[in-house]
Amino acid sequence: MAYFLRRFAHMLFVLWAVATILFFMFRLMPGTPLAAFIDNTTTAEQQAALIAQFGLDKPLGEQYWLFLTNLMQGDLGQSFFFKKPVVEVVMEVFPNSVILTLASLIIAYAFGIVAGAYLAWRRGSWVEGLGIPLVLTTRAAPEFWLGMVLLAFFSFHLGWFPSGGANSSGSDWSSDWQRVTSLDYLSHLFLPAITLAIYLQGLPLLLMRSNMLNVLQEEFITMARMKGLSTWTIVMRHAARNALLPVATAFALGIGGAVGGNVVVETVFSWPGIGRLLVNAVSASDYPLAQGAFLMITAVLVVMNFIADVTYHLLDPRVRIATR
Amino acid sequence: MRWLNTAAAIPRRDPFAFAGLLLYFVFVLIAIFADSLITHDPREILFDANYDLVRNLAPGGDHILGTTFSGRDIYSQLVMGTRGALIVGVTAAVCVVTIGTVLGLISGYFGGLTDTLLMRLADIALGVPFLPFVIVLAAFLNPSQWNVVIGIALLLWPQSARVIRAQVMSLRERAFIEAARVTGAGPWRILFVHIAPNVLSLSFLYASIAVGWAILTEASISFLGFGPSNSVTWGYMLQDAYASQALGRGQYYWFVPPGLCIIAVVVAGFLISRGYEEILFPKLKD
Repeated sequence: MAYFLRRFAHMLFVLWAVATILFFMFRLMPGTPLAAFIDNTTTAEQQAALIAQFGLDKPLGEQYWLFLTNLMQGDLGQSFFFKKPVVEVVMEVFPNSVILTLASLIIAYAFGIVAGAYLAWRRGSWVEGLGIPLVLTTRAAPEFWLGMVLLAFFSFHLGWFPSGGANSSGSDWSSDWQRVTSLDYLSHLFLPAITLAIYLQGLPLLLMRSNMLNVLQEEFITMARMKGLSTWTIVMRHAARNALLPVATAFALGIGGAVGGNVVVETVFSWPGIGRLLVNAVSASDYPLAQGAFLMITAVLVVMNFIADVTYHLLDPRVRIATR
Repeated sequence: MRWLNTAAAIPRRDPFAFAGLLLYFVFVLIAIFADSLITHDPREILFDANYDLVRNLAPGGDHILGTTFSGRDIYSQLVMGTRGALIVGVTAAVCVVTIGTVLGLISGYFGGLTDTLLMRLADIALGVPFLPFVIVLAAFLNPSQWNVVIGIALLLWPQSARVIRAQVMSLRERAFIEAARVTGAGPWRILFVHIAPNVLSLSFLYASIAVGWAILTEASISFLGFGPSNSVTWGYMLQDAYASQALGRGQYYWFVPPGLCIIAVVVAGFLISRGYEEILFPKLKD
C-alpha cells in the first residue's frame, strides 16, 4: 500500500511537471498565440476582446494558476479552429485511437508471444538465424513507410481495403457501438492495425524469447524433464507461463507508448485519432487544441507506466518482498 | 585506449556486428562523395528537349530510379538524402550520449541530492511522449532538422544516464579509485580521468542505437511536414511521394528505396550494438 501511494504521488508529480513545461512552452512561443485568429479584417478592439476572452491579458503567474485549476476540473480551454471546448474535440477522436492501439497491440502480442517461445525452443537452428535479423528489420522500418507500402499494394493496387478514414462517407449509424463493430469500420481498421502490429511485435517477441531462454535453464524445468514430460508440454505449460510476466508489463507500457507513436500511422491512413488531431492542430496553430491533445497523450503514457509498475509489483512476489 | 580495442575486437567475434560496421562505412562513403555520385541536381526541375516537364518517368535511361511528380531525379535525391540522414543521426547521437554520459557520471559519483534531482528529471523526460514532443517543438521553432536533434537530446538521455550511473556507482568503490583519491586527485579529475574511460564503451553502445533513432525520427517529422523545406532528406522524399499520390499510381521505385535505406542504416546500428553488448557483457551471450 505504501508502495502504491508513493508510486501514485510520483505519477502525479510527472503529470504536473509535463503540464507545466507545456504551459510555458506555448506561452513563450514567439509572436502572439492568437496569430491564427487574427487577420487583416480584425480590428484592434476585436483583437483586445479576443485576448481578454482567452485570458492572455493577465500576468503570466495568474494565467498559470488558471491553467492548472482549469486542468484539474477537466477544462482544457476552447479550440481556435473548431470553436468548441478542447475536451469535446479530443474525446470525439480518442476512442478511435484506443481501438487502433488495442487492436494492433493484441495482434502484435499474440503473434510475438507464440513466435518468441517458438524461437527460444528452436535456439541455434536456421529458424533462429533467419528469424532474428527479420525481427530486427521490422523494428528498423519506419512505421509510416510500412503503412505507405501496404497502402499502395493492398488498397490502391489490389483494391482490397479502403485507402483512408474510419468510415465510408455517407454511412449512418444508430449507435457508436454499431459503428465500430460494423464491417465497414473493421475494413478501415485492418491496414493501420496491421502496420502498427508489424512494428510492435518485435518487442514482445524478443522479450519472450530471452525470458524463455532464462526460464528453460531453471531447476523446475530440469525437474519436468526428469519426470519425462514432452518438450511441448514443458515449453508451453511450464516455461511459457513463467516467461509471460515481463511481457504482460510490456503490454501496459506498450499502450502508453503506442498512443503517442501512432501519430504517423494515423496520418498515413487518415485515421481520425488523437495523433492526427495533434498534427493538424499544430499545423493550424490551434494551440489550445495542440496542448490538449498532447496532454491527453502524456496522461495515457504516464498512467500506463504507473499501471505497469503496480501490476508487476502485485504479480511478482519476489519484487513485492524485496521492496517491502 | 580500451574502447579502441573493443572496436577492433568486433569483426573477429561477431560477423553480424562486422556487417553493421561495413554498412555504416558504405553509407558514410556515399554521404562524403554524394556530390560526385549524383547524376542531376536533386532539387532541379528537369525538362526534356521539347521543354516538357519530365514527370513520373519510370526507372531507366537517363534516370536510374525515374523522376518525381514535379520532375526531379529520384536517384540523386536518394544519394543526397544519405548526407542529411547521417548528419542528423550522428549529431543527435553525439549530443544525447554526451548529455547522458556526463549526467550519469555526476549522478552516480556524487550521489545524494544531485543524484535525486537528476533522476527526478530523468523521470519527467521519460514521461513525455517522444514524437508528439518533437512535433510541438517544431511548431514554435523554425522548421529545421535541428529540432529533431534538440528533441532527442532533451528526451532520450535518461536511458544511457541510468545505465552509466549504475556502472559508476560500482566503479567508485573500486581500489584504483581509492588509490587515485589517496594521491590527492580532486573529484572532477577522478570522475573524468579515472572513471570516464571505463564507461566510454557503454556510451558508444548507446550512440550506435541513437543514430538509428534520430534518423527514424527525422524521417517521421519530415513526413508529417514539419521538416525543413530547403533540404532533401529521405523523410522529405517520402512526404513528397505521399503528397503527390505516388501510392495511387504505384510508383514503388519512388517510395520504396528511401525506406530501404532507412532500414539499412538503423539495422546497422542494431547489429553493432548487439555485437558490443556481447563483448561488453559476455554473460548475456547465453
